[in-house]
Amino acid sequence: MFKLLLVIPLMLLSACTTVQPWEKDLLAKPSMALVTSEIDNALDEHIYFSKEASMGGQGVGGGGCGCN
Amino acid sequence: MSSNKRIREKLTLASATLLQLSNVAAADKPDDAWDVSSAILFYSENDGRVSAIEPVISGTRELAEGEKVNLKLVLDSLTGATPNGAHASSSSQTFTNPSGKQAYTIAPGELPLDDTFLDTRVAFSGSYEMPVIDNYSRIILGGNLSKEFDYTSLGVSANFLRDYNNRNTTFSAALGLNADSIEPSGGIPTPFANMKVAGTGTNRDGADDSKTITDFMLGVTQVINRRTLMQFNLGFSSTSGYMNDPYKIISVIDGTTGLPIAAVGDDLPYLYENRPDSRSRQTFFWKTVHHLTEDVINVSYRYHTDDWGIDSHTIDFHYRYELGNGRYLQPHLRYYSQAAADFFVTSLVDGAPLPQYASADYRLGEFVTSTIGLKYAMPVGKNSEFSVRAEVISQVQSEVDTPIGDQVNHDLTPDTDAYIIQFGYNFYFGG
Repeated sequence: MFKLLLVIPLMLLSACTTVQPWEKDLLAKPSMALVTSEIDNALDEHIYFSKEASMGGQGVGGGGCGCN
Repeated sequence: MSSNKRIREKLTLASATLLQLSNVAAADKPDDAWDVSSAILFYSENDGRVSAIEPVISGTRELAEGEKVNLKLVLDSLTGATPNGAHASSSSQTFTNPSGKQAYTIAPGELPLDDTFLDTRVAFSGSYEMPVIDNYSRIILGGNLSKEFDYTSLGVSANFLRDYNNRNTTFSAALGLNADSIEPSGGIPTPFANMKVAGTGTNRDGADDSKTITDFMLGVTQVINRRTLMQFNLGFSSTSGYMNDPYKIISVIDGTTGLPIAAVGDDLPYLYENRPDSRSRQTFFWKTVHHLTEDVINVSYRYHTDDWGIDSHTIDFHYRYELGNGRYLQPHLRYYSQAAADFFVTSLVDGAPLPQYASADYRLGEFVTSTIGLKYAMPVGKNSEFSVRAEVISQVQSEVDTPIGDQVNHDLTPDTDAYIIQFGYNFYFGG
């Protein structure tokens, strides 16, 4: 399953167009950030870390707690 | 402000978005100010289970070109009760609290809950970002410290990022190390030993234990076209040390009646759980952000697998619906499905050989978590934003073991509902 998923990024990356700096008006908007609210994201990650057995995926670090 | 400076700031914003570190600051923010995000979250579960209040404050400040520091403080105050691992039964059940001195009784038909682990946690984290080599790469160093009455966590991390292809592609490599120690109330229980009747002593293996967690992640962020950005991450994580929940037990039932067996001397019919002392996990994460005419779709998928048998799929979807004048509504949907750990059990049968590992902690079981939420945000003044967010989180468990005897009369895998409401306020301080 894991090895199969690796095919997806390779397929998608080959479909990219090169965007010039002066064409990055939309990409520069705060609403287009990968994570628009770090606080919402961190609070949600902590809730699901306490209730579920999976964690991570977005980055490393963040610390642990006795809640799991 | 000259038009040259505006263009340079727009390009800086464009690259900052690609490099994806923290919230992108408004183009006309005060110089040298702290970009502060603050929020307070209220969390509540059904049926007298866990409630929490969690205030958080985080500030980011630019020190020089490309150099940034972030500081964050979180308080997490818990009350209520959580399942202790034993299941409901037609007979009344008596348990002993972790200190070994007091008993508590659960009525017939009730899910056994225990409130001993709950208290207040304080967590402090900081990060520092700076350019390295040239203008196309940077490093982010992070540290975190978390403390509660029975648990301490200390960690460091380093993330290296480099841009290619006219800043259309960013590769990243990150390493994180965490050292956690636990000093549970009453000490570390002996795995698979019996919980003893209150006041008759305890089965303990020392006062404290620890574990270390090593995380490694490779990532690529890629501009797909003028409206679309994608991120792919591959994560590898290895944990070594004490991973048992010292407050969780497993019911020992009669193989015919399905009721907990009678106490044998001072030994109650509940065993402390036993998990492996190593865990190796891998994650695949894919996120897409796409700009429509006005609105933005943000959707991600995560696949998690590990050597405990826990496979999971997560789909997370946010839709930002612009209302104009800087206000927006953001519906949120999340779907999570988890396969149970190999050693997850509902109960153990008296007389049957003990497995190598076993845990009845519902969080290691087979379940689906569904979340539906809505956020509303509006600008306040020139550079501030107020937001409110409410969500409903519903966790539906599946049965893993075939019920025996009396077990058929009870819900061995009760569902949990949780509700959250959060108020947030972002502003600039100083400068």
